[in-house]
Amino acid sequence: MAHQQVKFYQTGTLTVGNRLLDEDNRTVQATMDRSNSLDSGHRACQGCGEALGARYAIDAAMRATDNQLIAANATGCLEVFTTPYPESAWRIPWIHSLFGNAAAVATGIAAALKVKGKKEVRVIAQGGDGGTTDIGFGCLSGMFERNDDVLYICYDNQGYMNTGVQRSSATPGGARTATTMPVGPQPGADFDKGKNVPSIAMAHNIPYVATASVDRLHDLEAKVKKAMSMHGARYIQVFVPCPLGWGSQPAKTVNLARLAIESGIYPLFEAEHGEITSVTKIRNLVQVDEYLKHQRRFAHVMKNPEQLSAIQATADRNIQKYGLLGGQE
Amino acid sequence: MKNTKPYAITLDVGGSLLNKTGSWRTDRPVYLDRLPPCNSTCPAGENIQQWLYHAESGEYKKAWLEIMKNNPFPAVMGRVCYHSCESACNRTQLDEPVGINSVERFLGDQAINNQWKVKPGKSSGKKVMIVGAGMAGLSCAYHLRLAGHDVTIFESSPKPGGMVRYGIPKYRMPREKLNAEIHRIEEMGVKIELNTKVFNIAATKEKYGFDAAFLSIGAQNGQYIEIKSDQSLPSLVGVDVLQGIEEDKPSDLHGQVIVYGGGNTAIDVARSAIRMGTQGVKVVVRNSRDKMPAHLDEINEAVQEGVEIVALRSIVEISDGHLVLEKMVTVEGGKSQPTGEFETIPASVVVQALGQNVDPGLFADVDQLELDDGVLDVDFHMMSGIEGVFAGGDMVPSDRNVTIAIGHGKKAARSIDQWLKGEFQQMDEKHEVVDISMMNTWYYSDAPRTIRPILDVVRRQSGFAEVVGDLDEDSAAFEARRCMSCGNCFECDNCYGVCPDNAVIKLGNGKRFEFKYDYCKGCGMCVEECPCGAIKMEPEEI
Repeated sequence: MAHQQVKFYQTGTLTVGNRLLDEDNRTVQATMDRSNSLDSGHRACQGCGEALGARYAIDAAMRATDNQLIAANATGCLEVFTTPYPESAWRIPWIHSLFGNAAAVATGIAAALKVKGKKEVRVIAQGGDGGTTDIGFGCLSGMFERNDDVLYICYDNQGYMNTGVQRSSATPGGARTATTMPVGPQPGADFDKGKNVPSIAMAHNIPYVATASVDRLHDLEAKVKKAMSMHGARYIQVFVPCPLGWGSQPAKTVNLARLAIESGIYPLFEAEHGEITSVTKIRNLVQVDEYLKHQRRFAHVMKNPEQLSAIQATADRNIQKYGLLGGQE
Repeated sequence: MKNTKPYAITLDVGGSLLNKTGSWRTDRPVYLDRLPPCNSTCPAGENIQQWLYHAESGEYKKAWLEIMKNNPFPAVMGRVCYHSCESACNRTQLDEPVGINSVERFLGDQAINNQWKVKPGKSSGKKVMIVGAGMAGLSCAYHLRLAGHDVTIFESSPKPGGMVRYGIPKYRMPREKLNAEIHRIEEMGVKIELNTKVFNIAATKEKYGFDAAFLSIGAQNGQYIEIKSDQSLPSLVGVDVLQGIEEDKPSDLHGQVIVYGGGNTAIDVARSAIRMGTQGVKVVVRNSRDKMPAHLDEINEAVQEGVEIVALRSIVEISDGHLVLEKMVTVEGGKSQPTGEFETIPASVVVQALGQNVDPGLFADVDQLELDDGVLDVDFHMMSGIEGVFAGGDMVPSDRNVTIAIGHGKKAARSIDQWLKGEFQQMDEKHEVVDISMMNTWYYSDAPRTIRPILDVVRRQSGFAEVVGDLDEDSAAFEARRCMSCGNCFECDNCYGVCPDNAVIKLGNGKRFEFKYDYCKGCGMCVEECPCGAIKMEPEEI
């Protein structure tokens, strides 16, 4: 398991830091000299989960590689809000090319570094769910099957938020987007569509696949650190709530991420070479409506028992499939 | 200068720090300290959250010194305090309250074992007299010495300690701990004149040239009601019985002991009687059992030890070695009324423990001081009708317990200090009390199973019966770590971590955090994710 929860030292490893823990058990984010790879002044919305998730992940990767890191970025919010010409909020070598080719660009960088003999410099590709699961999917799958030495991080906010909240193949059933309006007999996004990219990544038999969340920092950092200790194609999908696209309070971003985990709707796990090696257990199980009710994109679902029970069924299936209950406590 | 750069790089590359996103904000987060409920209810005004904070990291001396800022008796309080802090503890709403009392006892004992000391303040040249070496008087003396004043206490009894010594049995309050904490105060230069009863305050004050006086003579005269009796049974008074036990005088407690009254003194007498090998102890109370003023823990412990509570009975007659009891009923408003039904029970001795009064002797020769309804009125600063004469403890209008007395002593000492310097200061405004709804309790992890059972036993019994061992060091630290630090930053780094805009600066160990308002967009995530409720949003002035 990537991260073993430490309990009882007042807040254990549930908080970002903890003065009572050994230095080894504290997060990168708790240190005064974290790299702040994604710095202040970026133009993400208030309470942006993606900005938070990107700093968490890249800072952890920077620490793991001793700052020898290059990142290729897909088009999307993360690219737009960090680099309006001529400013950049990135404090790492960073390149943006197209919407759909981040994985291919990163593969090229990794190949170049190999030719140059720069073994210590590591490569990350990153993007939102649109650039990953839809538009960049061909390049991503190619990177996986060639087992290129790249960690691909997908910040999953379940839609095309940058262009005005359209549905992506990561948008959950029932959710309202600009292209899946809550009208007609099946309001919101369809339930029987979409891709489970972590599972698809696992099907490529790559060395490492993990899902993570902005509310489980220790877990997220441990996963990034572990990924950076390995070579070959690796994939981490980070759950990042989007206040704008989801119609949620900016202050609730981390809380929503937590409720998604605690309801079982977004299972956190690690897999190596296609096999699941660990799951993050639910701490205090909640029903999905606890998670849904804070989001306007699900407002119609709250009044629709059929859709509500369909979403609850998804969560229950996850709990069953991944064994999310019991264990740690 | 002519721009020679090609298209698309006509501007110099700049960092995002040029973009002051703080201008987006309509509300700003601010750090604040809220008042934790434990601190808010502590009659001695201890900063419990703060001393637990030090104890959490094993800094026991620091923790002890924090207690000593307000209360010079941690080892005594860790045993006999009724810990209203624990009743108020927000953790109760998650699992069980933090065992504050047991940690305080641990710290107090550590101090005694390691002979930790507190230094008196720089001499002020002022002299203060104190009448009564009970908790209020000793607490006042301690705080006056901290402020550098010269202090003499006049005590009518042969030993200092007041009701803690003469009213609380040894099984609850071991005398070596009490003596050690009083001795520490004496070592700070407080003079205690024992066996010295003061009859005239004004004369004594003038004779020795005292600049101010503090009266804390307590309420030691046991109330005694006349019960129709054929003198077939000895009839005793509760406080006198307890004092006799303390002084090792032969006791009249034997056979079937009947204690009349439902307060703590009654329970103390009953539990002492159990320990003295009597044949049976009954506590007769006029009210229903749930209306007994004694502390519930003590009633339960007494019952466990074999004391029988006879509720809703009044003693109407002593006759032929028996008591005639009249049955009572609870009527609307919670009061009890006689029913006219009687019963008799056998008895060997009756002890009345129906409350205590202030000895009016001290005021006989002073016109300006008069007892009103049995107590001496004082103003907000604890000053009596005479300028420069202050009073506190059981003799002033207030609930009566040791912790309150210690608080009175502290408050009076601060007032006396200010009065000696010429004028009373305004009290600092108290912070808002933190409610659990202002906190994010998700973060507080549960105690592991291995620790909990040990602590449960200690929590139930500590500060209660010395047959229970002390909290060991590990358990003390673990118990302290159950504190949620309500309303006060404990540097968990959550705000520093969860800010998507990197707009929180970590200032380093013990220095907390600052907001970078140039970049804070005002999303409020730091407030939402602060476990202890030490940040709030305030509307921005536009």
